[in-house]
Amino acid sequence: MEQMTEHGDAAKLLAGGQSLIPAMNFRVLTPSVLIDLNRIDRLEYIKSADDGTLLIGAMTRQRDLEKSQAVEHATPLLHEAMPHIAHPQIRTRGTLGGSLAHADPAAELPVIVIALGARIRATGPDGDRWIEAKDFFEGMFSTALRSDEVLVEVAFPPSAPGSGWRFEETSRRRGDYAMMGVAVHVEIDADGVCREARLIYLNAGDGPVEAEQAAAILRGEAPGDEVFASAAAEAADKEIDPMGNVHATIDFQRHLARVLTVRALEKAFARAQAQLT
Amino acid sequence: METHSISLTVNGQPYSGEVEPRLLLSDYLRHDLGLTGTHVGCEHGVCGACTVLLDGQPVRSCLMLAVQAEGHEVATVEGLASSTEDLHPLQEAFWEAHGLQCGFCTPGFLMTLIPFLADNPQPTELEIREAISGNLCRCTGYQNIVEAARLAAEKMQE
Repeated sequence: MEQMTEHGDAAKLLAGGQSLIPAMNFRVLTPSVLIDLNRIDRLEYIKSADDGTLLIGAMTRQRDLEKSQAVEHATPLLHEAMPHIAHPQIRTRGTLGGSLAHADPAAELPVIVIALGARIRATGPDGDRWIEAKDFFEGMFSTALRSDEVLVEVAFPPSAPGSGWRFEETSRRRGDYAMMGVAVHVEIDADGVCREARLIYLNAGDGPVEAEQAAAILRGEAPGDEVFASAAAEAADKEIDPMGNVHATIDFQRHLARVLTVRALEKAFARAQAQLT
Repeated sequence: METHSISLTVNGQPYSGEVEPRLLLSDYLRHDLGLTGTHVGCEHGVCGACTVLLDGQPVRSCLMLAVQAEGHEVATVEGLASSTEDLHPLQEAFWEAHGLQCGFCTPGFLMTLIPFLADNPQPTELEIREAISGNLCRCTGYQNIVEAARLAAEKMQE
């Protein structure tokens, strides 16, 4: 923290370095001071609190998340998304906190933390504060972190009974940035009616995009093909704002969103039902 | 230019020296230590040619600074064979299955597959393809590389 105060905006925090170092290699970024977080062992942990909350240190490697049984048990959605993040040689270095603080709109981890209703702990000169994941991302590579704050921990709440989840993405090749992706979290009551739904899209705008109207269509309804199709159409045609690129036109991205949403909802609700029976 | 002292082991040998803070690990291995088996392809973490092991885990040496390797164990392709007569079974398998043509990408494939086969000694073809998804080859194509990995798994079972 002293280093950050001393060097101010000239300094960049170096986490796993899997985005910052490429940017430096391209000379897109030329920070005069790098503050390396890699030797701060106390930022690297996965632990369960008594109330079932899963606490993960910001410098925990993505590879360790992928292999963690605690993650698989408490946050299966996070577990399911991990293999989609780049390649094994990236995940051995890349960190949870680094990816969140970088806030790439095409990244997987930002949509996952929002879908799971996680909270993010930042520490600064005035102490700690918690930021809701949905309030953390403010746009392209931009977050609620102040320049004198460090992201130190992410807290994932325990999942409610009757929860279901699914992560879906489509990329041209394994490990490439996805052309479109969606993380879905749903909860159903004892009658099988949808009580809660969150659908968060990646590469669908200038940050993670939450489809709130699509979620509203699902809430209070019994899951089924018709309601899935109408939620998917709402999200894909109206709520997301994809930019298109050389790999996928905007129309194609919307098409993918529609298809992936239906697939994700089918799987997520099936899992929720399996949990109740 | 300000420098930092670093000490690390590479292929079991201790090394120490003074490096500029901005020096990449890949450049340190190649230029300072003369270990040119680690190849630099894209230098932004896409091609996988510069893959080395850091404490046994595969990493892109172009996406790490040399100073960050302080106190760590690095393994490069030079550490695989004890002599030109006595190749590592993975290297033998690449030779026998024609898993390389120009050889530029080969060190990265080898250093990716070493920890993968240690974790997963009997991989399926799909698992092999996923394991090497972060390594690009522009001439052999992947068919023979996958075959070489499969053959290596067999050899290493023996």
